[in-house]
Amino acid sequence: MYRYDQFDEAFVRERVAQFRGQVARRIDGALTEDEFKPLRLKNGVYLQLHAYMLRIAIPYGTLSSVQLRQLALIGERYDRGYGHFTTRQNLQFNWPKLRDIPDILDLLADVGMHCIQTSGNCIRNTTADHFSGAAADEVEDPRPTAELIRQWSTMHPEFDYLPRKFKIAVTGAARDRAAIRAHDIGIQVVRHPVSGEVGYRLFVGGGLGRTPMIGKLVRDFLPKAHLLAYLQSLMRVYNLEGRRDNKYKARVKILVHEIGIEEFRARVEAEFAALDPAAIAADPDEVARIEAYFAAPAFATFPADSQRVVADRARDAAFDRWVETNTFPHRQPGYAAVTVSLKPVGGVPGDATSDQMRAVADLADAHSFGEIRVSHHQNLILPHVRQDELHALWTGLVAAGLAEANAGLITDIIACPGLDYCALATARSIPIAQAISRRFGSAERQREIGELGIKISGCINACGHHHVGHIGILGLEKSGQESYQVTLGGDATENAAIGQLLGPGITAEEVPDAIERLVGVYLAHRHDGETFAEAVRRLGIEPFKAGFLAPQPAEAAHAAA
Amino acid sequence: MATTKQKILLPAILLANDLLDGDVVFWTERGWSIDPAEALVAGDEAAAIRLQEVAAAALARGTVVDAYLVDVTLRDDGLPVPNHFRERFKIAGPSIRQDLGKQAAFAHLRGRA
Ligand code: HEM
Ligand code: SF4
Repeated sequence: MYRYDQFDEAFVRERVAQFRGQVARRIDGALTEDEFKPLRLKNGVYLQLHAYMLRIAIPYGTLSSVQLRQLALIGERYDRGYGHFTTRQNLQFNWPKLRDIPDILDLLADVGMHCIQTSGNCIRNTTADHFSGAAADEVEDPRPTAELIRQWSTMHPEFDYLPRKFKIAVTGAARDRAAIRAHDIGIQVVRHPVSGEVGYRLFVGGGLGRTPMIGKLVRDFLPKAHLLAYLQSLMRVYNLEGRRDNKYKARVKILVHEIGIEEFRARVEAEFAALDPAAIAADPDEVARIEAYFAAPAFATFPADSQRVVADRARDAAFDRWVETNTFPHRQPGYAAVTVSLKPVGGVPGDATSDQMRAVADLADAHSFGEIRVSHHQNLILPHVRQDELHALWTGLVAAGLAEANAGLITDIIACPGLDYCALATARSIPIAQAISRRFGSAERQREIGELGIKISGCINACGHHHVGHIGILGLEKSGQESYQVTLGGDATENAAIGQLLGPGITAEEVPDAIERLVGVYLAHRHDGETFAEAVRRLGIEPFKAGFLAPQPAEAAHAAA
Repeated sequence: MATTKQKILLPAILLANDLLDGDVVFWTERGWSIDPAEALVAGDEAAAIRLQEVAAAALARGTVVDAYLVDVTLRDDGLPVPNHFRERFKIAGPSIRQDLGKQAAFAHLRGRA
């Protein structure tokens, strides 16, 4: 796993010391809020509704057990005993006090963590497939690439003052689990069809927010060594031509949309042709050093399928269900990647208590080489678990209240903090998630419905990815009340698509019934083995629209009562 | 950019976030308080303008952040309750965690957001 070297350590410590001084000067009045705000944001400190919020970077979602224990400690000592894992694979604490934040940052630095690149118009924390280095279907672990980008982009003088924030995601597999086409730049590690050389396919101009766009293919194959030069060319075109006059039009997606992908590509290629890729490329020794950090752990050799698991599953129905939904095929025979659901039925999506963080850290030490991942679905992952040990792991997760067997199912809902915490929110999102989760909470019901991703945002900024939810829910205000718009047909994978609006906004109370009707349309029309998303693609939006707009007689009576 | 004069809705209270812990605070006769029940309620435009002046001065001094006027309705017991649900949540705390925020500290806020 990547560890900070001396340079990183010194740099992060220096930043903490600087920020400690800035906080002191803010508190004694030497700095005004206008002067301080950009400084605190650069260190991940936001002001929410009820308190400050600290956003901690978890580069490409990879955590060690030591780091997770430290987060648990911070949550307990300086917050309210819990944290919130986000769709950006980061962690947010909702109640830190300003005076404590420098101490928190020091505790983070003790374990090689920080809050840099979690805010502002810079290249943000690079995200990656949460099964990186574990997934059976991956060409190559994308994290060395993500780490290279992190090192290159951290405090890059040319890109520290971009027109707007900039988000990059990397996947090593054709099956996109990192939502790369919802990012400013999406990178897929690919093998060249003819030469077999490993390189990159790049997408540009994806993004959510008020103008959602799906990323467009900008380069089909880029040799690995050219990555930084190509990114630099792309960033330069954006930095020069991206709009700074209007923040709603400042993301690269708008530039790509306005000039067209052909023109955008031509400008990037012209810039690229003028550069010497070799001069910009990272030193091969450094690349080798990074790759060594991500070397696979010392796997043992086992048969592909553990007889032990087969026997345990036959004995224990709850375990069987959990294995079916929450394990993922591993590249190493005899191992599995495990999703630790942070979506208990009726719970707050993405929240984990300090005790739960410690439990996961201990289980990671016992069963997953001390490694944890954060997924953009707001779950945790234990990437490398011996199949023989799955039952022992599951037993530990049950004890910690973390064994919900719902990964990818209708109760595995993404929800942003919404109006329960966020100062920008126009409506709440968490209670909507909770109500849907309770409605569909039965294990049988969820399994019958199968894979279905509901994503909820509390305002048009779309932090909850609602545009790319199979069902998306957006909380707005309508005549002084919370109102929810429902979209259908979004997709965050390699079939990326923006959802379409089903009808006028509905009240919070009406949401579970509306979802029920959409599920009803699906169950009535699905072919054998067809998922919700596939059925929507085949049927189109119309039958669902009809279902959405037509309350059942029982509901209508209920509403009238 | 010229600042457009915002229409004052009455009655109104002045709230802000405390600089040190971010907690929502209310302007009272004796300075800032964390208890909305103590908020000074401006019933007419002149009083509201005085609150705006307090806000501007407090922001300049820097002891609070994000200070602004909120229009309210007085409950039977006199508690000023914001007319907009956003400010009601801001004052009460997360609706999904009744054990956190002001609702946990003040009985008069419970179940009212
Ligand atoms: C204080 C809290 C937050 C603030 C102020 C905030 C602000 C914003 C804003 C302004 C945008 C729109 C950007 C644009 O359209 O150009 C945005 C987008 C986004 N945010 Fe947040 N956000 C917050 C919390 C979160 C949380 C908790 C998450 C993760 C759960 C998150 C993840 C995202 C994502 C994924 C997007 C959409 C992707 C894109 O940039 O196009 N944010 N946020
Ligand atoms: S989508 Fe809106 S409400 Fe939700 S976290 Fe983002 S800014 Fe806040």
